[in-house]
Amino acid sequence: MYQSFSSDVLVVGAGLAGERAAVSAAQAGQNVIILSLIPPRRSHSSAAQGGMQASLGNSAMGKGDSPDVHMYDTVKGSDWGCEQDVARMFVNTAPIAVREMSAWGVPWSRVRNEKRMYEGTEIVEDPEKVGLITARNFGGTAKWRTCYTSDGAGHTLLYAMDSVVIKLGITVHDRMEAIELIHDGTRCYGVVARSLRDGSIYVYTAKTTVIATGGFGRLYAASTNAVINDGAGIAMAFNSGVVPLGNMEAIQFHPTGMVPSWILITEGARGEGGHLLDKDGYRFMPDYEPKYMELASRDVVSRRIMQHIRAGHGVDSPYGPHVWLDIRHLGEHRINTYLREISTIARTFAGIDPVKEPIPVRPTQHYTMGGIRTNKDGKVYGLDNLFALGEAACWDLHGFNRLGGNSLAETVVAGRIVGEKIAEFTKHATLEVNSALIEEHVRNVEGRIDQIRSRGKNGENWVEIRKEMQMTLELNVGIFRTAEHLQEAVDKLGNLYERSLNVGLMGDGGQGADPELVNALRLPGMVRMAITIAKGALERKESRGSHFREDYPQRDDQNWLKRTLAYWPEGAKEPDLKYEPVTITEIPPGDRGYGESNVKK
Amino acid sequence: MSPRQLTFHIFRYDPDRPEVKPHTQTFKIEEEMGMTLFVALNKIRDEIDPTLKFDFVCRASICGSCGMLINGKASLACKTLTKTLPSDITLFPLPAFKLLGDLSVDTGTWFRDMSMRTESWIHTDVEFDETAQEEKMDDDLALEIYEAERCIECGCCVGVCVTANIRQNFIGATGINRVSRFMLDPRDKRDEQEYFEVVGNDDGIFGCVGLMACEDTCPVGVPLRGQLAYVRRKMTVAGWHRK
Ligand SMILES: Cc1cc2nc3c(=O)[nH]c(=O)nc-3n(C[C@H](O)[C@H](O)[C@H](O)COP(=O)(O)OP(=O)(O)OC[C@H]3O[C@@H](n4cnc5c(N)ncnc54)[C@H](O)[C@@H]3O)c2cc1C
Ligand code: SF4
Ligand code: SF4
Ligand code: FES
Repeated sequence: MYQSFSSDVLVVGAGLAGERAAVSAAQAGQNVIILSLIPPRRSHSSAAQGGMQASLGNSAMGKGDSPDVHMYDTVKGSDWGCEQDVARMFVNTAPIAVREMSAWGVPWSRVRNEKRMYEGTEIVEDPEKVGLITARNFGGTAKWRTCYTSDGAGHTLLYAMDSVVIKLGITVHDRMEAIELIHDGTRCYGVVARSLRDGSIYVYTAKTTVIATGGFGRLYAASTNAVINDGAGIAMAFNSGVVPLGNMEAIQFHPTGMVPSWILITEGARGEGGHLLDKDGYRFMPDYEPKYMELASRDVVSRRIMQHIRAGHGVDSPYGPHVWLDIRHLGEHRINTYLREISTIARTFAGIDPVKEPIPVRPTQHYTMGGIRTNKDGKVYGLDNLFALGEAACWDLHGFNRLGGNSLAETVVAGRIVGEKIAEFTKHATLEVNSALIEEHVRNVEGRIDQIRSRGKNGENWVEIRKEMQMTLELNVGIFRTAEHLQEAVDKLGNLYERSLNVGLMGDGGQGADPELVNALRLPGMVRMAITIAKGALERKESRGSHFREDYPQRDDQNWLKRTLAYWPEGAKEPDLKYEPVTITEIPPGDRGYGESNVKK
Repeated sequence: MSPRQLTFHIFRYDPDRPEVKPHTQTFKIEEEMGMTLFVALNKIRDEIDPTLKFDFVCRASICGSCGMLINGKASLACKTLTKTLPSDITLFPLPAFKLLGDLSVDTGTWFRDMSMRTESWIHTDVEFDETAQEEKMDDDLALEIYEAERCIECGCCVGVCVTANIRQNFIGATGINRVSRFMLDPRDKRDEQEYFEVVGNDDGIFGCVGLMACEDTCPVGVPLRGQLAYVRRKMTVAGWHRK
């Protein structure tokens, strides 16, 4: 027994990316349903603090900025791993997207008619520009380009976006988890979902299905991500056996996760002028990166911190060594106005007042560049009538390292670009779905649930397996990688995968909306993704962006200027890895210009 | 010093199983350094009772998922450190919202309904022009709008509000604050009378009895007292202007 719904467009995911695409389809007069694990405004997009990049060039320090400069920063940041045709569309559209969000209500911080000291120089704004959307400094950018609302950029963007969703009357079913794609190996017809309110099964069919389920940071033990970011939506596509995931080994570690809760302290804190200090209170970044210092690209800063800690300069703590993030010199007013949310976070979760004390930080898993591989229109490889966007997708704007501020921008820019493609595609699409196919997929899902229930306490314990999986990635597939550790991870995860197929329930039988069943059901898909990360990293015998191999410390364009595509054929124990070339249209591979040059000569 | 033993008394009820009456269940765990209720509740679920229902998303006091009554006080569980509490901790779901089970309540549906009824979006006839520069705005005004927009829809102010607990359609301090956010915003072209239609009634500002339980409760410190006063003032004037 199940309820069914049908629509022109079905969007799985109510974060910024999913909602923006839904808006495009609804504006084109299409009937849209959005599914979400949680109420839309609680999506992880709301947690982004720092801001989004768009080359408006309004602030004095952004003067002379242009899509071309943004393009160069993005490609360089990606260590030449991104799709340059995608990056070009992106940088050209970002200024429009930021203004559109302004028209929809985002109270962007504006250029002020005020002088300000920054790292010892005085910034004087152009009086003509006062009142226009301003920008702050972020890592890896030649100009100040990151538009922000104090430190609540994601929150205000998502609230504005969701207000448009409400205004357009788009249907949202929250507490609804998409579990399996309905497909016949060539085309997607929708999803089988399960209500997190009462455990009942739902069928959603649509002309076009869209996946915008966010990232999968929670595969790691320490992550800045929301607890729901476990990649269930991506696993759903992967499980089809025909959809490949791109560059899963490209995992971003943010330099400043706060010890020990791993809650993020935004890059905006360094953008505003914050420094990194070691155990002696010494500012060490200028020694490693004389030009960019704390604001080299994220992968570089994270590596430098770990390198400095390895050299014995870290501060010891029960949670391992860390360094300090010091923003005291910015002054109470600036901290409490533009870095207010993170000040509250530091006070609440670490008992530290950043006006008076430095904040303990360490590089922490933060973002997943990889995901469901799509073409530049957002169409998913391997299945027709299926699109993906946002952090869940590998549109491939970010290659092997995403720039801070480029991800929020990606959600709304891809939302516009891919959203239009979706609307256009759906106009000509039809929906004729064979009911036997639906039944088959419903039975599949019910079968998986019944098996877990019937194993009960005799099955494997999902809490244990998940913890081991998270620790395995954390310890073996982190910032510094070696063949030995990666092989160990692949072996361990393979073993955990076998166990995950026999997962049971420790509680009283998984009735209704039992939270335990939700987790047990997701587990095998998560372990598959974890193996894919480790395997991709093991095979990639070079260093590029965030993927750093101590045994192959250089970038190797000769052999590795290519993207990993991972497939999980039915019944397989490991992913099948294939590769495809990277699209280079404008900027040939070159040196990133950081203190650590990694190009193989 | 040996760690404290914490005793949790947690409300249990599953609306799908009405035969099991609402009750409180006791759990004992050892306190850890820097422990929050997010950590404690997950420990209880992972190690003692995997059926316990509660909601967390960001675990960083940003998303508004985890409002509950903590020793009788409404707050966010994720930002509450156990060391600030006595060793006996009682947890109840937020009142005024539909109970989904144990500590989980349906704030999402409530807030969507409130957003719809207050028409929480920018009302304008201006078509977005891709080629035009954005409209200018003073940064202080942007900050003022953001101040009201900082509400994370956690529902704590609704849970503690006398009016909201007896009047089902009362939009609460959060709803009135929401309206003030749009009133402040020059991009929203609604006039006084249009706002009056939305909040000038007993389900809006005139239902508020002004006891200010809400302001003391808001975990992110939205200045509700000021926002309520602002809307009350505006709507009282709008009321006079009505024929
Ligand atoms: C702490 C933090 C701070 C950040 N700060 C910045 C920043 O300053 N600038 C920047 O550019 N980027 C930042 N990022 C990154 C950026 O916020 C995210 O990459 C981006 O918001 C992702 O948006 P999304 O729409 O793709 O996914 P999300 O916002 O994560 O939304 C995913 C949606 O999918 C739904 N969903 C998931 N699985 C399912 C399923 N199986 N069935 C149904 N629904 C499902 C969820 O309910 C949710 O609605 C930050 C990230 C973190 C972790
Ligand atoms: S002041 Fe008004 S909104 Fe606030 S708690 Fe009292 S009645 Fe409710
Ligand atoms: S006003 Fe404060 S207490 Fe009320 S819902 Fe918003 S954040 Fe929560
Ligand atoms: S979990 Fe997001 S506010 Fe508590």
